Order: sequence, then C-alpha cells, then structure tokens
Amino acid sequence: MPISLKDEAAIAGIGLTEFSKNSGRSELQLAAECIKAACDDAGISPSEIDGLVSYTLDSTDEIEVARAVGANDLTMFSRINYGGGAAVGTIHQATMAIATGQASTVVCWRAMNGRSGKRMGQGVSGDITSSDLVHWSWYTPYGMLIPGSWIAMIANKYMHNYGVTREDLGLVAISQRNYALNNPRAYGYGKPLSMDEYMASKMIAEPLCLYDFCQETDGGCAILITSAERARDLKQKPAMIRGVCQASTRGQEQMTSYYRSELTSLPEMELAAKLVYEQAGLGPHDIDAACLYDAFTSEIIMQLESFGFCKEGEGVELVREGGLDIDGRLPNNTHGGLISEAYIHGMNNIAEGVRLVRGESTGQPDKNVEHVLVSSGVGVPTGALILGKD
Amino acid sequence: MNTEEQRTFEELIYSYVGKQVCPRTAAKDAVNEAMIRHWAEAIGDRNPAYTDPEWAAQSSRGKTIAPPAMMYSWGQEGFPVVAQGRTPDAQSELVEKFNENGFFGTLGTNVKQEYFKEVSPGDTVYMEMVVDNISEQKATARGIGYFFETLATFSDQHGDEIGTQRFRVLKFIPPAEQAAATESADSALEVPTRIASPRGHDNKWWWDACDEGKVLIQRCRDCQTLRHPPRPMCGECQSMQWDSIESALAGEVLSFTELHHPKIPGYQYPLICAVIKLGEGTNLVANVVGCEPEAVHIGMPVQGKVEQVDEKTMLPQFYPA
Ligand SMILES: [Zn+2]
Repeated sequence: MPISLKDEAAIAGIGLTEFSKNSGRSELQLAAECIKAACDDAGISPSEIDGLVSYTLDSTDEIEVARAVGANDLTMFSRINYGGGAAVGTIHQATMAIATGQASTVVCWRAMNGRSGKRMGQGVSGDITSSDLVHWSWYTPYGMLIPGSWIAMIANKYMHNYGVTREDLGLVAISQRNYALNNPRAYGYGKPLSMDEYMASKMIAEPLCLYDFCQETDGGCAILITSAERARDLKQKPAMIRGVCQASTRGQEQMTSYYRSELTSLPEMELAAKLVYEQAGLGPHDIDAACLYDAFTSEIIMQLESFGFCKEGEGVELVREGGLDIDGRLPNNTHGGLISEAYIHGMNNIAEGVRLVRGESTGQPDKNVEHVLVSSGVGVPTGALILGKD
Repeated sequence: MNTEEQRTFEELIYSYVGKQVCPRTAAKDAVNEAMIRHWAEAIGDRNPAYTDPEWAAQSSRGKTIAPPAMMYSWGQEGFPVVAQGRTPDAQSELVEKFNENGFFGTLGTNVKQEYFKEVSPGDTVYMEMVVDNISEQKATARGIGYFFETLATFSDQHGDEIGTQRFRVLKFIPPAEQAAATESADSALEVPTRIASPRGHDNKWWWDACDEGKVLIQRCRDCQTLRHPPRPMCGECQSMQWDSIESALAGEVLSFTELHHPKIPGYQYPLICAVIKLGEGTNLVANVVGCEPEAVHIGMPVQGKVEQVDEKTMLPQFYPA
C-alpha cells in the first residue's frame, strides 16, 4: 500500500534574510541566517535539524550549513535540479522523508547572491561538454543566451494564439506590484508601477519587456518541515502539506521545449496540477489564493489554464477582470512575487503561501484562505504544492 | 547591471553631456619656432612653411606658420601632470563613473580636427573643452561599452576660432580573459564571433555537417523516426542505430522572438530567433534574416541555407520564402 503524502507533514517555520542587491556576505552566511530564522519561527533549536534539501544551483553544501547552524546527525540530504523548477521539489523531498520516517525535521533552503554574485540572467556559454551545455548550444549560436529569450518564444506563440496583448502582461506586473507596495521586504515596496511606465519600458526579448522579468536578488529563504503531529505543538499554526509533487513530461527540455506538437501550453504544469489535486483530494474551486511561479508575467496567465482556473486560452480574461487582485477570484503572489518582491528562485513564494494560510500576509485577502497553491519554475521540470489550514 | 540599473547609470553619465572640461585657457607658451621645430622633426615634416623663415618670407603668407595639427599640443599639460596627477575635471569624473561601473577598458578610437585659421610664432592659442556627446550602449569588438566624445575649441588672442578637435573614446567592459592582459593600444582588435557549441559524442557530427553547409536530421535506422536535437537513443524504439537525412530547409515560422537587450558582442542586430517547423517534420531553432524584423510573423514560410555568419561560424539562416 503506497504511502499518501496528504497531511503527513506541515510547514512549521519560515525564515528569511533581508532582500537586497548586494548582501555584502557569503551565500553560506545567508543560508545559515535564514535557516536559524526558520528555526526561531518554529520555536526549535537548529540542533534538531536532521534533514537538509536545496537546489543543485545553490553554492552551499549541506554539511557546511549543518556545521554553521550547529545541526547534529543528518539522516537525509538531497538536491533538486532545474533552477526554479526545484522550489516545490525541495518540499516534496522533505515530505517524503518525513512520511517514511527518514527524517523528523527537514529544512529546505535557497540562499543566493543572485545580483552581486552569479546572476541567473547572464545566460550560458562554455567549452565543457556536458549534456546540459550541449542542450543550451542548440540556442546560443543564434543569440538565445538568456532565460527571457527562451521564454519569449513560448510567450509569443501563446499570445498570438489567444489574442493576449502586452497590456495584458502589464496587468499581471501591475497587480503584483500593487501587492508589493505594502510589503516592506519587497523590491517594489512603495514604488507604484503604472501602465504607461510598463508600456514605455525597455524591450528585452519581444514580446517581453523589463517589467515582465523577475528581480535579481541577494537573499536567503528557508522552510522548516516536520510531521503534522509535531507541528501542532510548535509555535506557529501549521501550514499543512495537503499535496506536493514533481512533474516533467515527454519531450521535456529545460526552458526550450520547442519540439512538442503544441507550444501554447505547459504540459509539465498540467501534470503537476493533476498530481497535486489528486493527492490533496481537491480541485481548482477549492483553491483560495496562489503563489504561481513568476519569473515572467506570461507564465502566470498560462498557469491559470494549467491549473484549471479557466479553460485553455481564457487565462487572460481572468487577468482582465482583476482575478489576481486582492479581492479577485484568485489573489496571486500577494507578496509581490519574484517580479516585485524578490527572486529567491521561488522559495520566497512558498514562504508567502505559508503566510497566507496563517493569515499573516501583507496582502492578505479579506476572505477565508483555506487552501493556497504554490508552483515551481515554468517551462522546466517543475512541481506543485497545496498548503492548507489544519 | 540589470536594465533598471543600466537606466540609472545612463541617466548619470548622460548628465555629463554639455559639461565643461576646461574653460577658455591660454597655452603656457606663445606659438614659437622652437616647439614647431621639435614637432616637425619628430613627425618628419620638412614643409618649409613651418620651419624656414627665409622661404616663408617669400611665400604668400610672408611668415612661418605652426602646423595646424599642432593645435592641441600648445595647451597640453607638461611635466606637472606626470608628477602631480591630473586635476579632476568633468572628463576625469565621467571616466571614473565608467570605471566604477565596470567599464574600465579605455580605447581612444579617433581624433577629428578641423582648421579655420592659421597661427604663427607670437600668437597665443586658447583652448576650451566640453563633453560633447555620449553614445547609447554599443556592442563593440572590444566588448559592451559607450563612446564619449569631447569637443575642444581653439582660438587665438583676437578671439578668432582656429579650429576644433573631437576626441572619441570607447569605455568598455573588457572580456574576462582580456582583463588581466595589459591594455596596449596596438593589441590586435580581434572581432568576437558567436558562441560556438561544444562538440561532444552526441552532437559533433551535426555541427561538422553544418560546417560543410548541410543541416542533417537524425533518423532511427530501425523505426525511421526523425529526431532533433540529436540524442544517442531512439525514444520510440530504444534503438541506438541511426543515420541521418539532409533537410531541404523549407519550413514555416512556428514562433519567434526579436532579441533587443542585452546586445551580445559577436551577434548582429536586429536579431531574430525562430522555431522553424521544417518540411521533414522536425523543428529547428535558427535565425530569420533577409527582411525587416517587423515582417517576421508566425506562420511565415521560410527557406533556409547554411551560411557563414562570422569568421568562425556556419549556421542555418532562414529567409522569407
Ligand atoms: Zn526507433
């Protein structure tokens, strides 16, 4: 009998550093700080951590982190690949470990000097022959070196098919900026964005302009997961893990799945939706708010369809009617998201999911938030998470 | 630098346009025969109009003149600038702003002088200088950078304009491998090429064929399924036996993007990348060229050919069919 992951584990603590363009310290220190903060939030000692999970892109080794924060025996440590596609995947690892008794207290973290250190948007080049570099080299000689160029190819086709305009993308950017206005952690804190500014901003890779892109950020974010039972005895109201999964589909490439029959949908996200809803025993109508991965605005509109909030091609209507806003059908990225809060590779979107369930977001909707959906990177092997109230 | 920071930086540097580098200042020495002689000897210019008073007396001018190209030398700083350094001015501040933001490469690209009036021994040359213009960001052979131009205006003791000099300087981010090397003005200007693909077991054959002008499509020898990009095993029947067919490069634009920013050295802009659905059935990412960017559209029929796009690179390029 397979073990169901539903309600086996809960997020008991979240921890963040400040977000900046130049942290002035090592990624190890950022990791240690946010992990300590997550432990404090949960009301436990770092010595209780016995599992650690991060991204393959994270520069800090688990054992470095463990020594830094004073963890004792580790019985589980793991890494997930594919950039922001790893976000929810780390929670998936932790949940599986807890459900199967492999660990009791797992911290998932991502800490990066994403602006002052290695910048994700710098693209790829190099002489080493790995399957990964061979992959990128089908695009680099033609000039597609940055994530925006890879995503623009899908965005253009999608927009062409369904009559989505640049103004529609602007609505997504502005909706998220409006949330950030009230979030002191956010890049967009107190900095409103108008449609005129959006439309006048620099074109990067058509149809995507500056404001369609996420931030580049220095900072760290940690999520502490333990059993549902134990979480109930800790400091915070638990954010129950109702469902969590990873998903990659046939013909999957990293950012450039251009060889499938259609370029206008996100098959891996559709699989994630199917898996996470099945596991949680929930459907789109049960989801009250979301933190959909938002490296680019176009990805939000496409995911509304992947997760069944509307039919194919109708995501833009939900956006136009204000569905993503605080009083809309699906308040989304209520902290500002990767676009207007910070780019911590999606880990900060999971933290916001927890806040929404706790009722503590700076963009908390008035309605009862019973379930929040969080997704991982778009256009890459990905995953989805549903958090719920206990 | 992200685009928002670039905007802030550009606002800062563009604020220097029009700023005075030095007010109208007299040269330390009046135009004199000794300096003219040194200059003419160093250059190897034997024109008697500069150095032969007797010859000059018989000429239409009736006296020697200073070589017009010396215009800037009259006002140049001498030993003190070496010993004590340059007094800060708008130009040195601007250069500092570039350096602080990583544009620490410097290349004097060209000097353009215009002459309006001759000067002779006894005259005094005055110079004033402003920051005249700064280009938008450019992808140059040396790296990403900006050109800035100073404009020096020369006049004599009567206030008559003698000439002008425009000095154009490139401030650029030196590529990492060049950063350590010394910045010698005569180091070879190697033109960057497009980023080449690493060639390993699974893709070398494709690029080798491309170098010879052919785009191949891998084909499973067992089930005949075509596949691109190449991989060692057939996903349909798991066969590792394969051969290839040559594409006729007739296709249709499935989607495309025009790349605006950042401009990468070695690539030519406007630059359009497209997913092309080839007549054979597989998709290929390549450039669309040979028309205005605005003319490219989804569904556009295209015909490709393999072309040399720079000194080292052969690539399929698609034209409107
Ligand atoms: Zn086969």
